[in-house]
Amino acid sequence: MEAELLERLRLDREEDVMRVRQAARRWAIDLGFGLVDQTKIVTAVSELARNAFVYGGGGYVTAEITHVRERSGLRITFEDQGPGIADLELAMRDGYGTGEGLGLGLGGARRLMHEFDIRSEVGKGTTVTVTRWA
Amino acid sequence: MEISVSLSSLLEEHRDELLSDWAEALRSATTRRADLISDEQVRVEAKQFITLLARATRTGTADLEGSDWDELRGLLGDVSRSRALAGFTPSEIATFVFSFKEPLFDLLSKAAADGGNAQALLADNWRANLLLDRLGLYTTEVYQSAREEIIRRQQQEMLELSTPVVKLWDQILAVPLIGTMDSERTQVVMESLLEMISETSAAFAVIDITGVPTVDTLVAQHLLKTAAAARLMGAEVIISGIRPQIAQTVVQLGVELPEVTTKASIADAFALALRRLGWTVSRNEKA
Amino acid sequence: MNRIPVLRMGRFLLVTVQMDLDDSTAAQLEEDLTTGIVKHRAEGVLIDISGLDFVDSFIGRTLVGIASSSRLLGAETVVVGMRSAVAITLIELGIAMNGVRTALNVERGMELLSGLVGGGRPGDGG
Repeated sequence: MEAELLERLRLDREEDVMRVRQAARRWAIDLGFGLVDQTKIVTAVSELARNAFVYGGGGYVTAEITHVRERSGLRITFEDQGPGIADLELAMRDGYGTGEGLGLGLGGARRLMHEFDIRSEVGKGTTVTVTRWA
Repeated sequence: MEISVSLSSLLEEHRDELLSDWAEALRSATTRRADLISDEQVRVEAKQFITLLARATRTGTADLEGSDWDELRGLLGDVSRSRALAGFTPSEIATFVFSFKEPLFDLLSKAAADGGNAQALLADNWRANLLLDRLGLYTTEVYQSAREEIIRRQQQEMLELSTPVVKLWDQILAVPLIGTMDSERTQVVMESLLEMISETSAAFAVIDITGVPTVDTLVAQHLLKTAAAARLMGAEVIISGIRPQIAQTVVQLGVELPEVTTKASIADAFALALRRLGWTVSRNEKA
Repeated sequence: MNRIPVLRMGRFLLVTVQMDLDDSTAAQLEEDLTTGIVKHRAEGVLIDISGLDFVDSFIGRTLVGIASSSRLLGAETVVVGMRSAVAITLIELGIAMNGVRTALNVERGMELLSGLVGGGRPGDGG
């Protein structure tokens, strides 16, 4: 599997969350995704960028084009050096308006993307990687 | 597998001779396809092939994936793709490469007869044979992916044409689904239906499944998601044409259809939408 | 942070949300609407989101929150102009958006609000 770096952005201030969303739209368009897929990508990115900023204290967002055999895809990684997530299972549960889960939007982002990977260590930080195949 | 470096110099020295022998063989071959390609074009490609083959064998490696072979692979890729598009069969394309064997063998025999090392040249010929086999097969692989790309594009175009969304009335759209609906096709149709709802501000969209022989779970889920998305936008989906067998299957699959209005026929669905929009249909008195 | 203008149209308040709604603008909008409902004794709120090219869980929660707080203050809310790609994504995302009424465009939204709100409050001139 090869990957080509597209862009790496810092996520330090609130304005950066918006910049990342706009960049995500550009990446999706450049990779030839249709309108609905673009919207899914931008929405997932919005959820994860907000998490990394609000809960993770900020960090980096890296976008890459990834190739596996004939397929190519957009892979985006969100890294923060925040407090980390103690209970990943709880965090993945949906919590929209029901009080359950932590409302982190992780479950939502997973539903919108084809691949989803999360690593987190308490006190060290969290890294979430998502991919959508073209 | 190594190739002796002498092959490369042999190809360079005798290039023109090889080219005219090979071009002649190609021209008189039964797979010539003069209807699809000109002699001139064939000759140009043959000349490039020999030149690039000579270059690629210069270092003596036979790793076709390596950088030494990039240029030749590039040429074969282009030749294969353009011929695929023109309508050549994979055998016809591979023959372009395989037909080089005979002129090459003739050249090597002559070199042996002229006092060259017959043993070494025999080994060279064998290795060249194997090499040309692999290059010929490479053209077939490129052909495959080129065809797959064409098929995929055609399928996409067919998808877009085959299920039109029609306007039944002001604010009422309908889409008759016909034939076997697979997951991808259903998704494409549903997305264009929702887009049309937005564009025409249609309050109602009737999805008629009379022409669909079976509805599996995935398709049922797409229909439900479409109804939910339409509701989110402020419109309503009515599903019509549910036959008794489909109704049973849907129940057995455990798929519930909450909050989605369903009607047996598209006519019933149309009448319902009209009523909801405040229309009454009445017949004129006969004069 | 930008401030989204709240327009008054008779007994309704109208808001048009452009692209790139950030978190603080969304929070400010909720505050301005509740203030506006009280100040103008508004009976309905129309939120036009035709300018939004995506709606994530935060924006979704904001819309639900606006509908709830408006109702507590006696006003109905209708969200209009949701794009089809946005609607499809929201369904995949799994956001319920319960309690938020929707209409296809501003005109239909106004009709819906008028229907919901009826003929004015008691004590009004009529």
